[in-house]
Amino acid sequence: MFTAKRIADKKDWLSGRDHDWEVIIGLEVHAQVASKSKLFSGAATEYGAEPNTQVSLVDAAMPGMLPVVNEFCIEQGVRTGLGLNAKINLYSRFDRKNYFYPDLPQGYQISQFEFPIVGEGEIEITPEGGEAVVVGIERLHLEQDAGKSIHDLSPDDTFVDLNRSGVCLMEIVSKPDMRSPEEASAYVEKVRGIVRALGTCDGDMEKGNLRADVNVSVRKPGGELGTRCEIKNVNSMRFIRQAINYEARRQIDILESGGEIDQETRLFDNAKGETRTMRSKEDAHDYRYFPDPDLLPINITQKFVDDIKANLPELPDARKARFVSDYGIPEYDARVLTADKAKGDFYERLVSTQGAKDRDAKIAANWMMGDLFGALNKASIDLDDSPVNSDALGELLDLIGDKTISGKIAKDVFEKMFAGEGGANELVERDGLKQVTDTDAIEKMVQDVIDANPDQAAKVADNPKLIGFFVGQVMKASGGKANPQAVNEILQKKLGL
Amino acid sequence: MSKENTGVTAATVKKIARLSRLHVEPDRLVPLADEMNGLLAWIEQLGEVDVKGVEPMTSAVEMDAPLRKDEITDGGVREKVLVNAPKTEAGYFVVPRSVE
Repeated sequence: MFTAKRIADKKDWLSGRDHDWEVIIGLEVHAQVASKSKLFSGAATEYGAEPNTQVSLVDAAMPGMLPVVNEFCIEQGVRTGLGLNAKINLYSRFDRKNYFYPDLPQGYQISQFEFPIVGEGEIEITPEGGEAVVVGIERLHLEQDAGKSIHDLSPDDTFVDLNRSGVCLMEIVSKPDMRSPEEASAYVEKVRGIVRALGTCDGDMEKGNLRADVNVSVRKPGGELGTRCEIKNVNSMRFIRQAINYEARRQIDILESGGEIDQETRLFDNAKGETRTMRSKEDAHDYRYFPDPDLLPINITQKFVDDIKANLPELPDARKARFVSDYGIPEYDARVLTADKAKGDFYERLVSTQGAKDRDAKIAANWMMGDLFGALNKASIDLDDSPVNSDALGELLDLIGDKTISGKIAKDVFEKMFAGEGGANELVERDGLKQVTDTDAIEKMVQDVIDANPDQAAKVADNPKLIGFFVGQVMKASGGKANPQAVNEILQKKLGL
Repeated sequence: MSKENTGVTAATVKKIARLSRLHVEPDRLVPLADEMNGLLAWIEQLGEVDVKGVEPMTSAVEMDAPLRKDEITDGGVREKVLVNAPKTEAGYFVVPRSVE
């Protein structure tokens, strides 16, 4: 039985009519195993094929067809379990979960009920603007995905494509340990980072390769657990937060007007930003689970587990710690840069590859997290498809490093690089952006500015802050190209400060 | 067999039938409940066997699941997959609309 001991941070409480409320959240993450073929058949799993072309007679549930387990999927389940610091069960078993739906040709889903391959574990998450929280993992089990129903090809009919039918999913069930929408999305982000680092799932949420069922209930802070509702198949971090916010408020409104929450399955309508009833929850035993008689139990050896463990890649937490110690960047930066494998790889190419070791690790982190991520976000482009790759950004950083251009000019150059106008060296050359470090030239500019502003120059002795005005004027006169440090020094000298 | 509602009732039969998408005439519910109670009572006799220390058995053979390599060896048989479908279009199964 689930318990929920931790009480939410007060900032996460929701205000109510008579008292505040606390949101209790548990998540079931469905992560598609990155296998070439399906869990029980040799049909392909690749996304986007013509309908029903990646379906074997096993997946179509033709009579007499027998499932055979894909060993790669078992291995990925174990690998992911280890990444979640969880107990690996050497004995596990497949069961039938019975229900009817047009895209489930067998009339049951083969899943693991009583004996999942992975048991309890835990991971640490850090929500945006909050403290680190440990979230318990209840279990991870392997199961088949269903096919896909398409409702918009005809007004009267539903079209069914079984290409996804039988693809292996890892269902990762958390304990109800989250207390805010931010914690929930941070959890999914963390799980996604782990499976991507392990290579067990590509984590592509847009394609539905990683999606979450969100269980939400509300209670008086620290009080009795309320009845929960399950919101199915939410497929982005933002939608997860939206769905929880909406659902918690809906439940509070019902309870405050004297109603009761029905335990049910709900859909999140991402266009309207609301949840609505999908089906009332049948009791768990309505699925009439029983061991699949077509499949023998899975017995793996401790050696099998140990071999996988010995070859695990570096996980986000370990990478974060290494970034802090090796590159001397702050904990926060390290966390952002290791949340995703692609980010960490990009950063390491930027600061630790041949010829890049002299780059300032903190400046590199700032550029990635500020300008690069900002531009990518704005343009809705993935880091992998960034128009400015690590080599290109490195070239720009080197120009800042050797003082060829100032940080400010570099920002303009970056924008042009991002727009595809060319490389850093090329653009600096083309637009004549090289920083003026020639002292004589700067001295002349400084003198011109002082001569043009005699009143201000007279006041500066009493009001040293006025130097900012002069710096600004000189920088303006130089088109931003004068070395700011040199300008400052010369100004101070000439103004007698 | 007893007609008392100690085990399977007519309501249980109705529920199981609905979950299994089976049509059962109302006058068959009580007789079916009786039959099921009979079966259960018969199976209950197994309770007399002492199974202390015996692992639950999930299969009749003592071996582990055979495993296969992760290779694409199947699929590409759309005509065979769709052959029994009452209605198809553009390579899809077509069924009565399943949502409103």
